Amino acid sequence: MLDLVLQAFATLFSPEHFMFLMIGVLLGLVIGVFPGLGGIAGLSLLLPFLYGMDEVSALATLVGLVAVIPTSATFTSVLMGIPGSSSSQATVLDGFALAKKGEASRALAAAFSSSLFGGLFGAVILTFFVQIARPMILLFGSAELFMLAIFGLSMVGSLSGKSVVKGVVACALGLLVGSIGSAPATGEYRMIFGVNYLYDGIPLVVIALSIFAFPEISELFRKDKAIAEGAELGKGGWMLGIRDLIKHKWLALRCAGIGTIVGAIPGMGGSVVDWIAYGHVVQTTKDKSGFGKGDIRGVIAPESANNAKEGGALLPTLLFGIPGSGSMAVFLGGMVLIGIEAGPSMVTTDLDLTYTIIWSLAIANVIGAGMALCLAGPISKLTRIKFSLLAPFMIMVISFAAFQATKDMMDLWMLMIFGLVGIFMKRFGWSRPAFLIGFVLATQAESYLNMSVQFYGWQMFLRPGVIIIVLLSLISIYFSRKGTVDENAELMEKTIHGKINVRPQLIFAVVMMLFIVVSLFDSNQQSFLGGIFPFVIAGLALPFVCVLIWTLITKDDSHPAIFDAEQAVEEGTFKSPWYEPILWIGGLYVLSVIIGFIPAIILFFISFFTLKAHTGYWKTTLLTAGGVGLLVTFGYFLNLEFPSGVLF
Amino acid sequence: MNQELELKRLYACGILVGGVFYNAYLDGNPMDQKHILQIVSLSILFLAVFFLMSFLQGNTNTLDTTDIGGDFTIQAIDANYFKDKTIEWVTPFKEGGGSDTWARFNGNYFTKHIAGNPIVIVNNIPGGGSIKGANLFADRVKPDGLMILGTSGTTQMPFLLDDPRVRYDYSKYKPIMSYPTGGVVYCSPKLGISSASELPSIRDMPLKYASQGPTSLDIVPIFSFDLLDLNVQAVFGFRGRGAGRLAFERGEVLIDYQTSSAYLKNVIPLVESGEALPLFSFGALDTNGDLIRDPSFPDLPHFGEVYEQLGYAREGIKWDTWFAFMSAGFGGMKLLLTPKETPDAIIKLFQDGIGRMKLDPEYKVKKVKALGLYEQSTGAKADKIFTLATEVGVDEKNFMKEWLRGRYGLNI
Repeated sequence: MLDLVLQAFATLFSPEHFMFLMIGVLLGLVIGVFPGLGGIAGLSLLLPFLYGMDEVSALATLVGLVAVIPTSATFTSVLMGIPGSSSSQATVLDGFALAKKGEASRALAAAFSSSLFGGLFGAVILTFFVQIARPMILLFGSAELFMLAIFGLSMVGSLSGKSVVKGVVACALGLLVGSIGSAPATGEYRMIFGVNYLYDGIPLVVIALSIFAFPEISELFRKDKAIAEGAELGKGGWMLGIRDLIKHKWLALRCAGIGTIVGAIPGMGGSVVDWIAYGHVVQTTKDKSGFGKGDIRGVIAPESANNAKEGGALLPTLLFGIPGSGSMAVFLGGMVLIGIEAGPSMVTTDLDLTYTIIWSLAIANVIGAGMALCLAGPISKLTRIKFSLLAPFMIMVISFAAFQATKDMMDLWMLMIFGLVGIFMKRFGWSRPAFLIGFVLATQAESYLNMSVQFYGWQMFLRPGVIIIVLLSLISIYFSRKGTVDENAELMEKTIHGKINVRPQLIFAVVMMLFIVVSLFDSNQQSFLGGIFPFVIAGLALPFVCVLIWTLITKDDSHPAIFDAEQAVEEGTFKSPWYEPILWIGGLYVLSVIIGFIPAIILFFISFFTLKAHTGYWKTTLLTAGGVGLLVTFGYFLNLEFPSGVLF
Repeated sequence: MNQELELKRLYACGILVGGVFYNAYLDGNPMDQKHILQIVSLSILFLAVFFLMSFLQGNTNTLDTTDIGGDFTIQAIDANYFKDKTIEWVTPFKEGGGSDTWARFNGNYFTKHIAGNPIVIVNNIPGGGSIKGANLFADRVKPDGLMILGTSGTTQMPFLLDDPRVRYDYSKYKPIMSYPTGGVVYCSPKLGISSASELPSIRDMPLKYASQGPTSLDIVPIFSFDLLDLNVQAVFGFRGRGAGRLAFERGEVLIDYQTSSAYLKNVIPLVESGEALPLFSFGALDTNGDLIRDPSFPDLPHFGEVYEQLGYAREGIKWDTWFAFMSAGFGGMKLLLTPKETPDAIIKLFQDGIGRMKLDPEYKVKKVKALGLYEQSTGAKADKIFTLATEVGVDEKNFMKEWLRGRYGLNI
């Protein structure tokens, strides 16, 4: 084995290999910054060149690309509150809160150094485990995978906010929205209301953007200040971030471990890793009051997990030819095109290649995180810009990212609809992480439950793996009872009791109840296997939402379930009514339907800058040309589509 | 572009600009004249630049093809037809899958070998089990050879079963190229049999099969099990055949099938270590469209042989239905399509290019690794396979629908 490792090292540091790795890393960094693009766009850009290269160089470029995408996705997560990739959703919670405090450079530095650490850790684990990993991966049957989904759901306990009832309902709503589309067990279509778009369910990217980014953008829009409100950290900001990592090294180690393991289990998908890591740090921390409001540990945990995950996800990809995450699917496709086939031979005859891949991954992580770290300071200045100058760019980015999900105008309308849901969830203190965890795990929980019942029946609870995960879930639930993250805790204390008008939140709760009732009816019309999962979830959620409504009507407004951020903030914080951002964004989409996205965004930019930012001719021209130019250039090189209008 | 459309656009711009003015003046909202002037003048400037640019770009790409489909005499189709043009290869599947690899691998050599060296871009439009992308193709395509569709067995199935979501119609297309694949059914040695001929001894044993869904390509293996009177229950919800193979390796299912390339790479090692036992292949189609042994697995009997060996006759509605769906799913696994009206001269350019591509030594070497051992066919053979794969008789269709209804309660 040792000679093979050495041989791999020799290949690795040959100038040619290194150069191609660098190209991949640079490409990955640039593409990763755009949320929602990820490896797929990178691959299509890279592909024409892959043919001319030899196996090793092509592989190096590919690895470099895949490795750094979760790293550079952190930029938008921290600076703008836009989840850059499916595995940096949890980073938004504390990362963006830190940016708002003015500590963006610290958050970014901590995130990148954690990424670096996680990536290296993943590679080390892989080196030792790749040869014996096969039987270990096979230990995870459908019963274990189902229990892992339950374990993931148990994290909701720590993230549900002060009101447990609202947390449960939010999670149930996530599960129900996640079960829209074809039923895993039978292929029947649920809750599609005749809309073709919903056959495949709503894409995760769209949900993540609408639940997290949309409400933040609309809030900043209305405040019309810079993102960062606190005092500037100065030049030492990024050193502080690195020191934070050193201080919390054991946490980073544990989370990197979690990331590697979850990544290595085929069928878990990369999108829960960050939530499990985040839930873990909340549960193991004594003083939880800072989480959701800018605790650096809330950045270190998911970031060290999500780069380690890519390493872990290499295992099923290489050993079984089954991609362990979205970017690994692209990686696998690229490998086939180069002419390398994944399979058992990767640990026998092609072992040297495997080691080259693993260590390329490690080095790519180091280079990528290093570069990102250097950029952290300057780029974090973005949070100091007046928001009205930044808003059109952010709206463009989320619209563009959402549209890449399925290239359907419906992506944008769904962004709008769930963006509204997100706005109200944030305003009324419904846990958005709980919703998202429910959404992410809905399909997994259901299909693995169906499989394990058919394969094992009740005997599944006798399997040792299942017992262990059940115990872990119980421990997690026990710890989550000790305290939970609530982003609104501060505002809640400030609320003047006895003056809250509960009608807005009552209306929202009733609308949500109607949705639950509709899904109850819908699932009742499906066959048993096709409808049982949403039926049970909706049936369980209904009493909770009824209790919530009862509380809203009868209880005194000091009750933790009653909260309305709109009425808690100081007067004058918001400079425009809550519907104004929605009108602007909605106007952009309506215009896109008529004249196409690019012309619409041109008009949007010009009008927005003129009317909201009060810029003059030159500045408006420059900003518009810059924004549209960036979009068109990206679209051209990555061969991406934009929504076309009826007329153009 | 016709004048009517241009006019419409002009009107639309006028209405939009006018709307902004109107809104600003009459509502008395905070927009003052200075702002309006700025918005309007800059909008006109930017939109003018944008439309000018897209017009110029449109000119180079589509000018001489816009009339194709109506009147072919306007321009002759010669070897320069594809020069400086871009061919859009619509792939109704995600990046990284089999169809995507097929498209991207071939697309690269298309550029190299088709006269005029057109750029080939692969446009992935996944969704609805490939229905979405194929529908979009049906809506957008023109018979100019600049947009082609790469379908798969998964695309054929819902069409053949008259899925109401399907808007594409194979009878309106013709094939440029076809590529088959094979499939091998294998089982666990735990079943205690040594070959397919001993299958009757396990007929009472309840078996499970990890499946993607009843209307996917899995219809062929599940129907095959049924024809052999095996007691196999399909468990749905697996994502891809790879996940099914993993369930086999975990011991959750004892019988499975994989397509040829996956079988060669990932199941052969299991066979060698005694963890898997091959039973039969689905066979392949020869030039006459007859079922023969799969050239990748010459030592393995095909389903027809096993079917006969176990005492069934290769005739009657059951057999015909099996053969029809096997042809659609495997014989014509991958089809590269263009509308029927596409001029023969354009098809000829494609075919000549593909002919040269197949002789390319680099292609020969890389193809086996990227795609497998089978031959990409064009011309008469592709037409034959296309017909077999996309034209299923009414009786067979109804039999399959009835079977799905009875077995899985599917109403199609």
